[in-house]
This record gives sequence, C-alpha cells and structure tokens, in this order.
Amino acid sequence: MKELNELVLPDDVLYSDDHEWVRVEGDTVRIGISDFAQDQLGDIVYVDLPAVGTSFQKDQSFGVVESVKSVSEMLMPFNGEIVEVNDVLEDNPELVNTDTYGDGWMIVVKPDDPSEIDSLFTPQKYRELLK
Amino acid sequence: MHEKVGTSGLVFNEPLIWEKSGAGRCGSSLFSPDVPGASIDESLMGDLAGFPEVSEVDVVRHFTRLSQWNYGVDSGMYPLGSCTMKYNPKTNERQAALPGFADIHPMLPERCAQGMLRLMFDLQRFLAEITGMDAVSLQPSAGAQGELTGIMLIGAYHRKRGDARTRIIVPDTAHGTNPASVALCGLQPLPVKTGPDGVLLPETVDEVMGPDVAGIMVTNPNTLGLFEENIVDIAQIVHDGGGLVYCDGANLNAVMGIVRMGDIGVDVMHVNLHKTFSSPHGGGGPGSGPVCVKKRLEPFLPVPRIVERDGGLGFSSDAPDSIGKVHAFYGNVGVMVRAYSYIMSMGAAGLRQASRLAVLNANYLKERLKDVFDLPYDRTCMHECVFSDARQHEQKVTTLDIAKRLIDYGFHPPTVYFPLIVKGAIMVEPTETESKETLDAFVETCRTIAREAEENPDLLHDAPVNSKVRRLDETAAARNLDLMG
Amino acid sequence: MKRMMRYLPHTPDDIAAMLATIGVRELDELFAAVPEASRLDSALDLPGPLDEQSLNRHMDALSGRNAAGPSFASYLGAGCYEHFIPHAVTYLMGRSEFVTAYTPYQPELSQGTLQGIYEYQTLACRLLGMEVSNGSLYDGASAFAEALLMAIRITKRRRVAISSALHPYYRDVAATYLGQAGFDITLLSYEASGGTDLSALGSIDDLAAVAVQSPNFFGCIEDLAAVSEAVHGQGALSITAFSEPLAYGLYKNPGSLGADIVCGEGRSFGLPQSFGGSSLGMFTARREHVRQMPGRIVGKTTDRDGRPGFVITLATREQHIRRERATSNICTNQSLCALTAALYLSALGKNGLRDLAKTNYDRAEYLKSRFAEEGIHVRFSRPTFNEFVAEFPDGGSSACDALCARGTAPGLPLGAFYPELADCRLFCVTETKTRDDIDTLVREVASCMKK
Repeated sequence: MKELNELVLPDDVLYSDDHEWVRVEGDTVRIGISDFAQDQLGDIVYVDLPAVGTSFQKDQSFGVVESVKSVSEMLMPFNGEIVEVNDVLEDNPELVNTDTYGDGWMIVVKPDDPSEIDSLFTPQKYRELLK
Repeated sequence: MHEKVGTSGLVFNEPLIWEKSGAGRCGSSLFSPDVPGASIDESLMGDLAGFPEVSEVDVVRHFTRLSQWNYGVDSGMYPLGSCTMKYNPKTNERQAALPGFADIHPMLPERCAQGMLRLMFDLQRFLAEITGMDAVSLQPSAGAQGELTGIMLIGAYHRKRGDARTRIIVPDTAHGTNPASVALCGLQPLPVKTGPDGVLLPETVDEVMGPDVAGIMVTNPNTLGLFEENIVDIAQIVHDGGGLVYCDGANLNAVMGIVRMGDIGVDVMHVNLHKTFSSPHGGGGPGSGPVCVKKRLEPFLPVPRIVERDGGLGFSSDAPDSIGKVHAFYGNVGVMVRAYSYIMSMGAAGLRQASRLAVLNANYLKERLKDVFDLPYDRTCMHECVFSDARQHEQKVTTLDIAKRLIDYGFHPPTVYFPLIVKGAIMVEPTETESKETLDAFVETCRTIAREAEENPDLLHDAPVNSKVRRLDETAAARNLDLMG
Repeated sequence: MKRMMRYLPHTPDDIAAMLATIGVRELDELFAAVPEASRLDSALDLPGPLDEQSLNRHMDALSGRNAAGPSFASYLGAGCYEHFIPHAVTYLMGRSEFVTAYTPYQPELSQGTLQGIYEYQTLACRLLGMEVSNGSLYDGASAFAEALLMAIRITKRRRVAISSALHPYYRDVAATYLGQAGFDITLLSYEASGGTDLSALGSIDDLAAVAVQSPNFFGCIEDLAAVSEAVHGQGALSITAFSEPLAYGLYKNPGSLGADIVCGEGRSFGLPQSFGGSSLGMFTARREHVRQMPGRIVGKTTDRDGRPGFVITLATREQHIRRERATSNICTNQSLCALTAALYLSALGKNGLRDLAKTNYDRAEYLKSRFAEEGIHVRFSRPTFNEFVAEFPDGGSSACDALCARGTAPGLPLGAFYPELADCRLFCVTETKTRDDIDTLVREVASCMKK
C-alpha cells in the first residue's frame, strides 16, 4: 500500500468523498477512481459498468469495481446521464491500476446540474481528507 | 529445540485426468447384459464428447497422487480459528459405512428404517441437551444453511404474530455468512460495533433495538475468541423489545458441558457437526448445521419432524406453521452418524473435558505467543485467540507472508484476515486434540519465523518454497477465467 | 492412574505445566467470563462413553434395524438412486488427505482438492453440455432453489414457472427459499404424455425463468428444446433440473438443447444413498452468467515459477467478501462428494458411462414388458430412463404395500403426491438388479394382486 505522500493526485481533476476523480470536458464530465482507491483495492480483475443512456442520482451506485479480495461500489458524485462507457475495461481491467487517470476512466456523464461539481474536492482538500 | 516439522520430499506431477485418455480404455467393470437390449429413439441420444477413457490403474494413481498434494488434520496441526479442526475419529467412518445407514433409501416405509430414525431422534435429543434447547431440526446441510433456517424461523415467528419486523442486528465481528443469510431472507442487517474490550456492550444494542428489529445474531464465544460476557443483559434488551436472539454456534467447542446457550437467553442457534462434533471437513464439505430452538419456535421448524408413533418412530409433516423444507430429504445423514458416534464415544464427561482442554490449549498459545505477535485483546480467551501482524509492519512483512512461511515449516496456517475488525488478523484455534508437544513446536516455529521477519524478511516474502507450488497468481485466475478444461 | 480418552492427549503433568505458564492455578479459572449463575453444576444427561468395541456393537444393532443388504430389494427412485459403487471409489475417497483437509483457502497446501474440483467442474460441464460449473451446492433441491434465485437476479423479474412434474420436494424447497423474498411461483400442469404443458407460458408476466426436470419425477424425458424455445422469446431463462444425471450418459444433454442453467442431484455418481444424505448439488450455467453463479469456483492459474496450479477464484461473489450482497450465503459445500463424482466419472469414462446408462434403460424397459404381461401398464407415453409410472388395476397398487414386510420395496405409491395417480406406483430399476431379481419382483407383485 502506498503512503500518503506517494499517492498521485493530479491537478486537472476534482475528487469525491467516495474516491472518484472527475474531469470536466466541456458540458460532459469524465469519471474514474482515484489512485488511493485503486491502491487500496489491489489488482483490478473486473469492472461492471452501466448501459449508455441510464440516469443516476447523486450517491446512487453506477457500477462495481472488483479486485481479487474485495469489491467496491462506485457512487455518482452528482445527478446525471451516462453518455459514454469505457468498454475497453471489459478485457483490460488492469488499466484502472496502470493508467488510473487516463485510459482507466470509467464513464462520461452529462450532469443535470453542472454547479453540483463545484462542491467536489480539490486535490489539496482530498489529500487532507485522506489523512 | 525441536526438529523442523516440515521438510521437502518427493511428490509427483500429475496431469488432468482427461490428458491421460487412450481411446477404448475403461476404468470400471463392464456389466454382463442379462436382459434384452431395448430399442431407443436414436434422435434422442447424445454423445459423451470430452469424457476421459482411462484404465483403473490410471484413475487410482491419479487420485492417489492428488491426495499427496493435500494437507489434512491427519498430516499435522491445523490451527484454523472458528473451524475447529479437531481429530476426526476413524471409528466414525466405520459406523457411517454400515449398510444399514449407507445403503438405505430415504423413502422406505418407516418400519424399515427404525434404526436410522432412532439415531436421528437421539442425536436431536443430545444436541438439545448440550445447547439447552427444546427442539432440533437436523435438515440444514451446513452452518450457513442452519443460519438461514434460523433467521427464517425468526421471520416466521414475527409474521405469525402479525409483526412486520425487517432488521436483524449483526455485530462487526460476525462471519460473512451471517449478513448473507439475513439478506437471503429478505431482511436487512443492522451493523453494530463491538466494544473496546472485544465484547458487545448492552448499551450498543439498546441504542438500536426497536419495533422494527426482529432480533440479533450473536456468535458466542465470538470470533475474537472471547465469551460475550454481557449476553444475558443483551438478550434481555432484545427480548424486552420483542425480538429474538440467534446464536451462531460455530464456536461451541469452547463451552460443552460448561454453559448452555439456551440458559443464557438464546432462542435459536445452529451447531456445526463438522466442527464441534468431529465429522471431517472433506476439503470443504459435506458438513451439517442442525438448528436448535426454544419451544416458542418449534412450530416453525422444517418438516418432516421425527415423532414417536405406534411404539416406534416416524416422520410427520403435520405442522401448518412450518417454514417448509431446506433439503430434499433429511440432511447430511452420513455426517449425523459420525457426530452421533462421537458423542457416544465421549459421553458427557468427555465432551466437557474436550471443551476445557480446548480452552486450555488456546490460552497456552496466547501466553506463549504474545511476545512474538501483537495481541490486540490481552485477556483470557476461550478456545481461540486473535493476533495481528502489527509488530511485523516495519519489515513490510504481512499476515499473509507469515502464513505462507508456516507452510514451509509443516504447519497449516491459522485463519487470516478475519475477523475484519482486527487489521491483519491471525486467528489461532488449536483444538483439544493437539498435544503440548505439538503446541510447543508451533510456538518455536512462530518464534523462528518472527526472527526471520527481522533478519531476512525475504524468506517470508518468497514463501512457501517447500510446497508443490509457490504462491499462485490469483489476479490472473480472476482476469483470465479458466474454470474448466 | 485413570486411563485417558484416546482423543485427548493431555497428561496431568502437561496440564499442570500449561496452567503454570498461563498463570492460573485451576483450569476452571479460565471460564471466569461465563456468568456464574449460568454455569452448569451437574453433568449433561448423555449416554456413554462407549469403548470402541461397544460402540461397534451398538451401531451394528442400530444398523441392523434398517432394511438394507442382500435380503432387501428396493425398487425406489424418486430422487435417490441405488447404484453400484466400485470399491476403488470408496477406497480412494477414504484417503485422509482428502477427507481431513479443510476448504482450500491456502492453495499451496490443497492442490489435490483444487485440481480434483477443477476436474469435477469440467466433467459436470461436459456431461450436461454447459460452460461453467461451481464446486457443488448442498443437494439437488437447494441447487434448484439457487437456480431460480439466479435467474431472478439476472432478469430482474419476480416470477418463475415450475413444472408440476418436477420433484415435489424440490418444489417445496424452492417455495421455502423464494417465499422469503416474496417471489412468485406459477405451477405448470403436466400432459397425458407425462411431459410438461407449456401452453400457459406465453401469457405469464414478469417471467424470470421456466423450470422443468428431465427425466422428471415420473421418469419421463421432457422436450427440452421446446422449453427453451418457448421462453427465450420472452427474455426469460430456461432451467433444467435433474435428480438422475446418469440419464445423460444416454440422452442428449440439456445444454445442447438450449438450457441456460442446468442443476440437480449428483448422488448417482459414486455416492451411497445414505437415507437421502451424501448429496451433491450440481450447478452449471452459461459463461456470460458466471458472476451471478453461487458457490465456490476453482480456476486454473500459474505460480510465481510459472508452474500450473489451481485456486479458488471469483471469490468476490461469496459471503466471506461480499457479505450481505453475496450471490448466496453458502460456505461449506459438498466438496468431498464432488471429488467422489469426479473420480467415479473418470473411472467409468466415456465407455463405462454409456454402458451403464444403457444397462439401466434396458432393465427398466424389461420390467415394463414383464408388467404388461400381468396387466400392469405404463401410465405415460414419453420416453423414460430407469424409472417409470406403472398403473395398477383395481386397487392392485395398495395390495403391493404388503411386500415391504417381505423384503421388497415395490416402487413408490404416488397418491400422496398426485391424488389423480392414486393407482400408480413409481418403479426404478438400476444395474443393481439382475434379470432374476426383476422376474421375482413381477411374480411377487402378481401374487399380491391376485389376493
């Protein structure tokens, strides 16, 4: 397991208290899980993602990420509709470990209310939370 | 200093059984056809593609070699917490194989099975006596199914009284089967935290007890190896609130003949015949998880029940409030025969002594190992005790590494990473059938491994090296599923 | 000095030394946490202890009061089948490394069990024509209940349709399991031919699955292709249950006929009848549904030196990780029974299995022809395997009950399960009966009827 100062927490994303990262890309938002989450879970073996077009409320589970020894639900950081899903993860779940903020992304969402994103954490605040 | 228990030795590689096929070979005796061959619609017939064709020698050698890769209680000490890996008496196997038990059909007319019914009826009475309960069902096939049955009984009880209670209190030390069983019944587990001394506090239960709570599931002694000393008060709180108390009896080996769960507030519990009552584990089963209840839950027990009738015994399904059936027939009968034989061999005094010595062994290990491994709860334990890898953190040695290194020294590892409330938990249950010499050898081995952790931790990181295979890639197993040949 | 019980190795000196290490004077002090008022002050009321020889006598006497052995001939099937067990099977499955081992959570010490279960999973799939198998559930009935729950999870619907020709006890267990969560069961009637009437299926709403048994409780082979076709259009699953899988040594397997889940009782593969114990819940499914499958699964992988090896895999479905979200609560299963089945199926192999299945079929057909000579006819027209329903004229069925006292169990009277079949009995004939045995049965039945 990584120490706090070893964690990778890039500046171009915000974080949820459920250990997801979100990257605003125009009027959609790309979402994945943070380095802390993937490190805690260990080698990811399977990712279960929703269908494009489904909508979820904030804090609803939109999917499941599985490692050998544990399984974790992923919760929506805000209300929105799924517009894209990373199908590559079906055969290559290890991308979540190796390219956590890049090719390891999970979903792209059209948020119902973009202002909800403002209440998510900056990298500094997230690091505080992890202490 | 003892000689090392584990050593290297010659074992054999052995392919998968179908890889040994040779067209036309057969490993079983052919039947002489003495009735005419009947015609059959060929369009209905299948083929047996991919089935092996091997001789009897091939089969025997194959499974003999496979068995030599296993470690059993007969090989050595198996200190798995909450599993009670005690010695499995061989005479029990002789009894279970008797034709009058092994070769009888479950739907024979009752008068043709009076010996079997007598064994089952008496076993029910023995278990009721040991647990302090009023009635027993032998139907559940394992502890988890016993739990499921018990929770169903609680649900049926409340429903009969027109009371729609949907939640069951489950402590954070509970075995995973507990909340899983609750969920299977369409109820919600209501988690509560264990107190700082490793036991449940009455006030914790009082806080959450309410009119929507059907009951509580406790394990006693609990999975930290501690007797739930507040159980009487906790049971009172639950009963006062209209709920019932379920006890997971997996740890019964600590208290036979010493205290009975029925006397301290428990309404329903299961026992594990393949733990406490010496029936072997078989590499994962079969087991048997009879459920024992107080009178008020008796009407809901699974059918058929065994009843006294016409001077003998019979089955009765005349129980309108029964929850139904959980097994096609009567449960894992072979396991019951073994448990019955064990109880008859031990008697009341023997069972009591077994529990006393189980507790003695665990406390002895606790005292002798507490300077080797971190002991989160330094108090008198019951039949098992829980350590952690906290002292080995500095060397980046984990519970897993310690477990794997024990293998090289000829010991099966204890239970690891359970209960969840202790990080890096190492749960040790020696059972009463291990001698002081074996325990001392185990202690010396643990000391050696702890020293290795300080001086040369890679020995642990690389372990095991003496077993037939080294550490296996579980990630690859889950990512690239290969579940059949 | 008092002789010590042979399973308890502690000498008084051992105990004294250990108490000294612990720092207490008396063993009883270790039980201080047990409330004093509740501690037992007298011995439990239990018999024994019996020494080994006395135990043998006692058990021999109990065993002797049950109808088994060469002087009793059973023609009962109905979910539990008498088959010959080659001694090699009994001998090998008695090896203590298999018997006294624990669940293979430490795979380095359990490769024997793990490879054996992997072989079992493979043979189960090949026999049933399916893509994945688990390492066993408790028995055919609970496996059937789990199949229904799995179909409900996959389709997210709440109703299942079950054939009334499916074993009545399996239906009872299913009702117990499904009743807990409030799922609904619709019963499908059976036709005059002995097969399930599928006509109602199209009009059932919210259907998760249809379930039939083949051979069914009447011994009849169902039209499995028709069952699968009937429901796939509705997005429901086709479940085939069985209690006599030996039939697939002869007949087309359910997987080849479109079944989505195939489950049932594997006791016929090398396990003794044990009064309905020694069961083996077999459970197979399609690969795409593997993550919804309950029970332990063994997978093949490699170790860090690249050697092949086996581990429990996909454990995140199971209770010890997923807890209340687990696919099932099962922990201990019927592992040794599954291993026995793998051994038995390997010993029989392709040739032995076909031979044995045909032998069973031939014997049942022979009994049918001999019964016909006595005016006892087969009730249903569908093909059967080693079991069939015989219809008796004029109260002849109840006349046969007397045979039990004379050493023969002449099939199962069906009136208690199907009132419309009160004059019928379910007969099973396996390879354990010779031609002479069968002729004797017919003679005895005929003489009962004449009285």
